[in-house]
Amino acid sequence: MSSISNETVEKIARLSALAIAPEELSMYATQLSNILTLVEQMNTLDTTGIEPMAHPQATNQRLRNDCVTEPDERKELQSLSAFTEAGLYLVNQVIE
Amino acid sequence: MEWETVIGLEVHAQLATKSKIFSGAATAYGAEPNTQACAIDLALPGVLPVLNREVVIMAVKFGLSVGAEVAERSVFARKNYFYPDLPKGYQISQFELPIVKGGSLDILLEDGSIKRVGITRAHLEEDAGKSLHEDFNGMTGLDFNRAGTPLLEIVSEPDLRSAKEAVSYLKTLHTLVRYLEICDGNMQEGSFRCDANVSVRPKGQAALGTRAEIKNVNSFRFVEKAIEYEVQRQIALIERGEKVKQETRLYDSDKNETRPMRSKEEANDYRYFPDPDLLPLCVTSEWVEKIRQTMPELPTQKRVRFEHQYELSAYDASLLAGHKALADYFEAVLKLTPAPAKLVVNWVMGDLAAALNKVNLDISKSPLSPEKMAGLLNRIHDNTLSGKLAKEVFEVLWEGNADTDTIIKERGLEQMTDSSEIEKIIQQIIDKNPTQLAEYQAGKDRLFAFFVGQVMKESRGKANPEQVNALLKEKLKGEMNV
Repeated sequence: MSSISNETVEKIARLSALAIAPEELSMYATQLSNILTLVEQMNTLDTTGIEPMAHPQATNQRLRNDCVTEPDERKELQSLSAFTEAGLYLVNQVIE
Repeated sequence: MEWETVIGLEVHAQLATKSKIFSGAATAYGAEPNTQACAIDLALPGVLPVLNREVVIMAVKFGLSVGAEVAERSVFARKNYFYPDLPKGYQISQFELPIVKGGSLDILLEDGSIKRVGITRAHLEEDAGKSLHEDFNGMTGLDFNRAGTPLLEIVSEPDLRSAKEAVSYLKTLHTLVRYLEICDGNMQEGSFRCDANVSVRPKGQAALGTRAEIKNVNSFRFVEKAIEYEVQRQIALIERGEKVKQETRLYDSDKNETRPMRSKEEANDYRYFPDPDLLPLCVTSEWVEKIRQTMPELPTQKRVRFEHQYELSAYDASLLAGHKALADYFEAVLKLTPAPAKLVVNWVMGDLAAALNKVNLDISKSPLSPEKMAGLLNRIHDNTLSGKLAKEVFEVLWEGNADTDTIIKERGLEQMTDSSEIEKIIQQIIDKNPTQLAEYQAGKDRLFAFFVGQVMKESRGKANPEQVNALLKEKLKGEMNV
């Protein structure tokens, strides 16, 4: 049984730049642990000789023509971002 | 000990589409930051990628040009890693089932021989955005205009044995993708980027040595220098009794050295898996055949044809064939003039190329049309213009709108070919220079050049030099016998 500790949740949250309240930590730890348990359960299945499936639908990718259809919506899109400057999205410094 | 170098290259060619691989945002270079980054490129919740048909056609064209197998079924996968320039947290790429498998590229080596380099695969993927690490109050700026730009990653077999061979392979590939018009090949703008896998092994050993990967080298010259440096570094390590570490290294062109990337950046487990947002890509053999019909003549085919059809040297033919617009211009001129191919080559790759170079223009934007160039060559070919006068006319042609025949008429530049007129000038020069004549007669043969020079000067460069030589020789001989 895999289980994820509150400390691991805190670490993942920090790497993902997510703010998680201390009282929520145990809830996330349980939920994430459950996901891992499910995966472990699936891993016990014997898949020898079964061809991997790329997609559940037995059809092919549809294609679009090479046309520019997306207008410039920078203003609207950047209104979703906490920090912008000179047309750039700003994030925490990623190099030391 | 004698060492052998083993190199394999990974080239990222940016495909020259108008829109992105999975979205309808524009791909033009140099736009204002984030004005070409739509909701799909930014990975907003709920968006879905839809594959650009043109991207598939371009990959197929490449596959056909290197004699590869075009996969009837290929699959897009997610390559997971976390970096702010990758909004989804994964790059859509192809992993186990790429669109192009196998194939080869023939490259020309320095000794003139041809080497066949194997191509392992070529797959489609999306580019990431750009991080700007200038200080924005301690934060990093992100421009997602490049995110989702289509790339074709072309992976070679470890068949290359020296830095020079690697450069030759890259140049051949660079020419090819521009011929196919699938990539503009602009290395400064990052449209054609290269990673090199380099290892060394004792000559004769079958097993490969441990390789280092050199990332993102952006010019042919730097590729050569980076590989040369890396080879020497690895040999020195082994000869000191140490081991080569498998790692990713960056080339620093200022210091001419490679150094390891921080381990954090390369600790990768990409956890590839098929992207559930995209269905398998199907390319039927009928579609491949249709695309085959639209394929242009390829550089190697053109080079061989030029050698045979126009009897050009291998050197001239490969220079011309290496640049499609140049080859097209050459053939356009040749259609319009009876002048021999060699004369056309000399002018197109000589004076014209030099003039274009000076103002930094590509031949496709030449202010001198093939018609005008042919007009000039006609008059050289029929001996109206000497080589020297032709250069003069060329300058005038280059500057303005006039054509060759008008320039000749206006400036009275026809080459003098009437021998009686040339003889008249020769007689004048001989009469004017009795001292030199006497010395020449006394055996000072070098003075012949003096007489030729005087005659050419008197004719203002219009006399045909060969004719002057012949007539003067005769005339001076006659004077001796008087």
